[in-house]
Amino acid sequence: MTGNRAYPDDATSGFPTPPRSFADREDREIRIDAIDESHLDAVAEMYVAFDPADRAQGIPPAGEERVYDWLDTIFEEGLNVAAFHGDDVAGHATLVPDEAHGEPGEHAYELAIFVLQAYQRAGIGRELLETLLGHGASEDVDRVWLTVERWNSAAVSLYRDVGFETCGSESFELEMSLVLDTDQ
Amino acid sequence: MRVLLGVAGSEESMRALESTVERAVEAGDDLTIAVIEKDDMAQSPDDVADEARTVAERHGLDVDVRYLEGDPGASLVDTAEREGFDELAIGGGTESPMGKIRLGPVTEFVLLNATTSVRLVR
Repeated sequence: MTGNRAYPDDATSGFPTPPRSFADREDREIRIDAIDESHLDAVAEMYVAFDPADRAQGIPPAGEERVYDWLDTIFEEGLNVAAFHGDDVAGHATLVPDEAHGEPGEHAYELAIFVLQAYQRAGIGRELLETLLGHGASEDVDRVWLTVERWNSAAVSLYRDVGFETCGSESFELEMSLVLDTDQ
Repeated sequence: MRVLLGVAGSEESMRALESTVERAVEAGDDLTIAVIEKDDMAQSPDDVADEARTVAERHGLDVDVRYLEGDPGASLVDTAEREGFDELAIGGGTESPMGKIRLGPVTEFVLLNATTSVRLVR
């Protein structure tokens, strides 16, 4: 399935790297940083508070125990950034490799991004997405893909805007991919 | 209830097989297992049929195992409707590395076109 995914011909460059700070559209001071297992509890807290109506394709899972199980895998294998408002996690974005073993350039990474309801529509998602891609490029991740529900036009146009191209649309979800320039 | 289960040899459909057979035993369903053809099948249709019979036997269930040719979604929907099945059961998706549930084109076709109830087995 992942072996024959199509990728854009040209690599995209110029994504910012963490840490970064900015004021969101509600004038809240937001800091985006790369995170590791030491932030797992704070990220889990965000997902436990997550509105089930904003789930996509079964994630985040419901209930604290399942959230921790899910995050354990993501933190063990993936690259993670989070948006902080003070000590609270407002959003989280992650790149998870198709295979658990090997070097970053050897396989593609699946991308996902979640912003807590109270922080949505404030420009945080775009900043998180761009910073995650910058972080990925600096860690030698070159191929990134994602799936998004077809009806989610806001997300689809954001992904398209940063350089993702549609590579599969044979099912309920659109599949999109992007190539990162790792020589920056 | 007369249930038609579609299997293609994937991990997803083998999970559906196990669960649907178990449920058929509990509920007294009359189960027919249809081996469908997909391009990327990991096992031959005969191997899939053998495995279906083995699982059913292990649970002491009598099943009718048959082969459906042609487009998998279309042949399942057509068979279920033509032969008056009460329910069509199929595997309910795979998981991406991230843990996202993904439904394939066969599932989408069945959901949108079946006139029977559809059971997606997770």
